Amino acid sequence: MGLLIKNAIIVNADKIGKEAQCILCENGKITKIAASIPDGNHEIVDAKGKKVLPGLIDIHIHLRQPGREDKETIETGSRAAVKGGFTSVFCMPNTHPVIDNAMVVDFIIREAERVGLCNVYPIGAITKGQNDQELTDMAELKSAGCLALSDDGKSVLNSRLFRLAMEYAKMLDLLIIEHCQDPLLTAGGVMNEGDVSTRLGLKGDPGIAETVTVARDIEIARYLDARVHLAHMSLKRSIDLIRAAKAEGIKVTAEACPHHFVLTDEACASFDTSTKVNPPLRSKEDVEAIKAAIADGTIDCIVTDHAPHTNEDKEVGFDGAPFGLIGLETSLGLTIKELVKPGIIDLRQMVDRMSTSPARITGLKSKGAVKEGLDADITIIDENREWTVTREGFVSKSKNSPFVGWKLTGVVEYTICGGKIVYRAGGV
Amino acid sequence: MTTTATWTRKHLLGLQELSREEIELVLETAKSFKEVSSRDVKKVPALRGKTVVTLFFEPSTRTRVSFELAAKRLSADTLNITASVSSTTKGETLLDTAKNIEAMSVDAMVVRHGTSGAPMILAEGLNCSVINAGDGCREHPTQALLDMFTLQEKFGRIEGLKVAIVGDILHSRVARSNIWGLTKLGAKVTVCGPATLMPRGIESMGVQVSYDIKDVIRNSDAIIALRLQKERQEAKFLPSMREYAQLFGINAVKLSEGKDGLIVMHPGPTNRGLELSAEVADGKQSVILDQVTNGVAVRMAVLYLVLGTKES
Repeated sequence: MGLLIKNAIIVNADKIGKEAQCILCENGKITKIAASIPDGNHEIVDAKGKKVLPGLIDIHIHLRQPGREDKETIETGSRAAVKGGFTSVFCMPNTHPVIDNAMVVDFIIREAERVGLCNVYPIGAITKGQNDQELTDMAELKSAGCLALSDDGKSVLNSRLFRLAMEYAKMLDLLIIEHCQDPLLTAGGVMNEGDVSTRLGLKGDPGIAETVTVARDIEIARYLDARVHLAHMSLKRSIDLIRAAKAEGIKVTAEACPHHFVLTDEACASFDTSTKVNPPLRSKEDVEAIKAAIADGTIDCIVTDHAPHTNEDKEVGFDGAPFGLIGLETSLGLTIKELVKPGIIDLRQMVDRMSTSPARITGLKSKGAVKEGLDADITIIDENREWTVTREGFVSKSKNSPFVGWKLTGVVEYTICGGKIVYRAGGV
Repeated sequence: MTTTATWTRKHLLGLQELSREEIELVLETAKSFKEVSSRDVKKVPALRGKTVVTLFFEPSTRTRVSFELAAKRLSADTLNITASVSSTTKGETLLDTAKNIEAMSVDAMVVRHGTSGAPMILAEGLNCSVINAGDGCREHPTQALLDMFTLQEKFGRIEGLKVAIVGDILHSRVARSNIWGLTKLGAKVTVCGPATLMPRGIESMGVQVSYDIKDVIRNSDAIIALRLQKERQEAKFLPSMREYAQLFGINAVKLSEGKDGLIVMHPGPTNRGLELSAEVADGKQSVILDQVTNGVAVRMAVLYLVLGTKES
């Protein structure tokens, strides 16, 4: 017995289906797509009036387990992911202990399998303990299951070490994801440096902390002819550098987060610590540049940088609060509301930035499209339905979202992972 | 100065949100309270039965004592709490700490905290009045009000006055509150200090920027010198304290270039020989002690207005 999706208007990155199709999922794969498939004894999902997308893929989230299970666990994070339409997520290694050896990778993969909601891909650290001193055993991390490495939360500040990491990872065909931020320039900044930080008396993080690192990484990638993926780009100037590098054929890819194309640093005037995020919310000009870069493909993927924190950790004032906000459950709604509905991108491009490109960049060859023979990871949405974000509505363990009270557009109706319904709007 | 404004605010969090009329009302109210402090019996029953707590997360003598005296002269009961920031990081949030104090039936909480925005968090979460006695680098409204009161007293007006604020503008809540207040009341404000201690985009607050102290002295009616924290050199903002004193310190020679009637102010405590030479700090043009005297009157006015609102 399989799962049969009927009346499916399929949206892939290369085209939107004109005619309704039936999609048969068996043994974790999409085995048949046809105008008509007999019901047989299959479980039936009726997608009439909805859109059928390849399962969304978020290559930048924080699950906090092991170490800070009070903020999030693999289980609660998986639940938030599938509610947000994600069938695959990549979790960053800044856990306790750090994901810098095969044992931790193995633990996360096993726990995610036990939870059984979505695919969880651990991202290994670039340096042991993320301490910017010694490279991790990258081949071991790869054989344990890592597809990418990052010291996310901070840059590999030592430029020589970063060059060596890029060279070594290239040999192993591992993706290096770089958090671009020079902490000496950031110097304890808690929000974007500019008129607003001056007015609020909050310590500013100057954009050059990001752009000097972006420029450095592009130069190293060019020199080594190696690929590098730049995490959570927040500035127009970063976009300009990436666009120029891509035009030159340098193997750079980049991602951006919904909060960076929706909010500006004016949001920090509320002193709501869920607006304290790293990199910080920037200016209107930067927001517009990121939108344009998502549209023209300079930004390859949309990620959430889902960063759960407890109330106790966040409610200590703006200076003391940790950086980060949760994003898995609001990403699709924000993207449709802010990018698709205003006509900045179409649904096809959204699928590319939220599934196809992330799959391509990380090397998930059997994901990122609804096609025969690929994994049966499918997200069914109603792209027109509006809903209101509430604190109580979050299934993530943490509630640190600046979007509470916002009306978003686009609802996840079903999330199907490996041919199994793992989320449905009415409850599984 | 006459004003027809009425006070409707339960809290005083900053001057950014106050209207010109509201600022004028505080200054007007402070005038009558100043007289109280000159009496033999320095007390009026205005806030009898009220409890005012000062909750300071940063060390302060002058501001805390000024608030305490202001509350006592209005017959309120006072309690001073010096909280260490560490006690609020041991699992207890800032709001928790404040709520515990409020639970003992407090009417007003005067708060100083090293984080910008901390008083806003308290005002939102507490039922009592919150008065900001300095938050991070954001605002120190009562200091600016007493500075404006002093200017008003010396010049009879604020409209059209040329006021310079000199020093570490980047880290100064006194500068920010004065910029909000003085520009609302029609003064022309210039900020002057080392480029590394000048916050980006400060012009957007309606001020001029200068790096030339001599030019600033020649063109001002009043100069507010700011205290320079010694840590700024350690954090590399400055090459040396010596060079700062040479470039931006105010001494008698530099001051002699100024207009007749130029006054020098300082929120205290002064680093003598650094931002002001001793002879300037103690000289005829210095109104530093008047500022301290006026501080009590202005804080009486603020407590009176803020607590009066809650009753009505």
